[in-house]
Amino acid sequence: MEYFLQQLINGVTLGSIYGLIAIGYTMVYGIIGMINFAHGDVFMVGSVTAFLVVLGMGLTGGSGLFLIILALLLVAAIAMIVASAYNWTIERLAYKPLRGSFRLAPLISAIGMSIVLQEFVRINQEGRPKPVQPIVTGGYELMTRVTESGEFIVRLTNMQILIIISTLVLMAVFTTLIQKTSLGRAQRACEQDQKMAALLGIDVDRTISITFIMGAALAAFAGLMFFLYYGVTDFFVGFLAGIKAFTAAVLGGIGSLPGAMLGGLVIGLIETMWSAYFTVEYKDVAAFTVLVVVLIFLPQGLLGKPEVEKV
Amino acid sequence: MTVQDTLPEARTRAYDFAAIAKDLFGTAVVCLLLMVPIVAYKSIITQYSLVLEPRWETVTVLLLIVLAGRLAMHLFVWHRVPARPVASASAPKASLAEMIGPYVFPALVVFALVLPFISGFDRRTIDLSIYILTYIMLAWGLNIVVGLAGLLDLGYVAFYAVGAYAYALLSTVYFPYWFGDGIVPWAFYITLPIAGLLAALWGVILGFPVLRLRGDYLAIVTLAFGEIIRLVLINWFEFTNGPQGITVPKATFFGLPFTAGDDGFAAFFGIEHDRIYFYIFLYYVILALALLTYFVTNRLRRLPIGRAWEALREDEIACRSLGINTTNTKLTAFAIGAMFGGFAGSFFAARQGFVSPESFVFIESAIILAIVVLGGLGSQIGIVIAAIVVMGSFELFRELNFLKAILPEGAEPSQLRMLAVGLGMVLMMRFRPRGFVTRRQPTVFLKERKAVSGDLVKEGHG
Repeated sequence: MEYFLQQLINGVTLGSIYGLIAIGYTMVYGIIGMINFAHGDVFMVGSVTAFLVVLGMGLTGGSGLFLIILALLLVAAIAMIVASAYNWTIERLAYKPLRGSFRLAPLISAIGMSIVLQEFVRINQEGRPKPVQPIVTGGYELMTRVTESGEFIVRLTNMQILIIISTLVLMAVFTTLIQKTSLGRAQRACEQDQKMAALLGIDVDRTISITFIMGAALAAFAGLMFFLYYGVTDFFVGFLAGIKAFTAAVLGGIGSLPGAMLGGLVIGLIETMWSAYFTVEYKDVAAFTVLVVVLIFLPQGLLGKPEVEKV
Repeated sequence: MTVQDTLPEARTRAYDFAAIAKDLFGTAVVCLLLMVPIVAYKSIITQYSLVLEPRWETVTVLLLIVLAGRLAMHLFVWHRVPARPVASASAPKASLAEMIGPYVFPALVVFALVLPFISGFDRRTIDLSIYILTYIMLAWGLNIVVGLAGLLDLGYVAFYAVGAYAYALLSTVYFPYWFGDGIVPWAFYITLPIAGLLAALWGVILGFPVLRLRGDYLAIVTLAFGEIIRLVLINWFEFTNGPQGITVPKATFFGLPFTAGDDGFAAFFGIEHDRIYFYIFLYYVILALALLTYFVTNRLRRLPIGRAWEALREDEIACRSLGINTTNTKLTAFAIGAMFGGFAGSFFAARQGFVSPESFVFIESAIILAIVVLGGLGSQIGIVIAAIVVMGSFELFRELNFLKAILPEGAEPSQLRMLAVGLGMVLMMRFRPRGFVTRRQPTVFLKERKAVSGDLVKEGHG
């Protein structure tokens, strides 16, 4: 039971990170119907940027609590702005000119962009993983059980609390943005019918650009959290995290925001539970298998609408 | 419409310097955002800690290059009013292409046949040619799936892996166990068809569940399958020896190994032993395999199944309403594409003498896909050119030492090669989505063969 509880905490933490990335996939897919294959790499750019800024500021776990919070807010802001600039540029250069081309063109272009981003970061920052000392330290012991082999302690670290709470806050802000503001209304309108939205005076190009920026900002925040949680980052983290987050987006129902978050949690839990109870080597296989199974048997996802094929 | 149209010299707009300045400022801001932490500071792992090394001069150089380029575009290109499309201007060009078209491929084949002799049996040239031919063959195989049937397969390298491991495991473990050690020199010839069949079988196994998916979903699922196979190869230690890989016997000349010993190839023919014979032999093997791929594909394209593939690429719903069995069509495309991947994998293992999961990462699939895309999705000659350009440029990047000026300390120009491949894919999709060789020879025609330019073909929704 204690063991399960610990895995549950770990899984929800991991799932929050996946969920944040998944929102970027789901929003872009919802609005222009393409898989932004480079989104995982935008997450990586956010992560590497956060790492560089943290290193540049000389932030360590020894600084005071107030200072750490302030500094992390600054790091998050910089990482989000930089990643947004990347995603905006990618959209302008690689996707926008391809609207109206054949269906596979944007995806192939996105794969090219993904390679470009990875190699760009690799050339500029070497290929080796970059470790950092933990910055957010400490935590709480929730439960202790004494067994023959020693005692098992269920821990909830401050880092996990930070990840879960900031994800909740971001989700709340984000949902309000989509539900209540005119920008969100424009996005939902473009999702339904771009031509009609344009006729009613919505700047479709601008709305699409903003969608990419929002997705990138959330991914960059996830990148910061990922790097703080694992204490390491490199140019390749975006590949696996990207595929898993995409799985989350599909599982939740592509185009649905709560679905993306739910999918993220489910994927995070599956991955953690699989490593805990079966084999840690095959945890990625488990995530990929979920992707395959969901796409084949439940292509509309948990909360999505079934897609009708139009001629 | 206006007076401007009648005056040829008035095809330009006046410069709006305020707008240009604003645009340049915006470009500079975005560029700085893209470059400031990631290019401007390089993190270096030293013995004791991580340090940041500022590289502002690189940022300045890159920024100036971008701004100068953009300014030049403003001054010389973008201020022109786009000329109205001139009808039927491509007619004379088309006839030239039609004239030399049929001779390009035979010329290439003749060139490939005599290449070892022209190069003076230079080992480096032959090695590079083997490498390029392997990728041509892989790209021709993938072309069946992506270019002809329009199914984007991002896990093609999995079939390459199946072929390579089929050869590795059969020749080192199963054949000696079943038939004794005498079979080992012949293993390559016996395994080659088996590897192809196994890969085709896997093509069907992986193809079957994804039949219902279209377009990008299919791409992601094939990517997942490719990664699953690689992860299993890494982790199923008892079967595949995990990340350490398997050392396998190299290919032999019909049972004669390329060694200096008495039973070797050189001794049998009474010539001096030289490693170069092994490479020449491999060269002709892969040439034969690649040509086999080419001819089989070309014949298949003229069969109903090939026509069905191309119809499927253009419009799946129309296909189904015309009574084409889309299940069989997709499965055969997957199986036949995979089969050639398996052949190539088996050859790869026999050439290397070693296989490990390292060789079958996603980036390999991406390179093969890039070749198909750059060759123009469906054009076989285009693929040859693209493979030579991509693989040749990989070699070329090693020589470009002047690029070191803008690269960080310790980075080699050869690291730029994948960057160039990625950029190539993006630019290709943007400017020539139907490839450099856009002309299509229709396989069905009413009275006379009339080639159509790819630009005129309505883009299908693959």
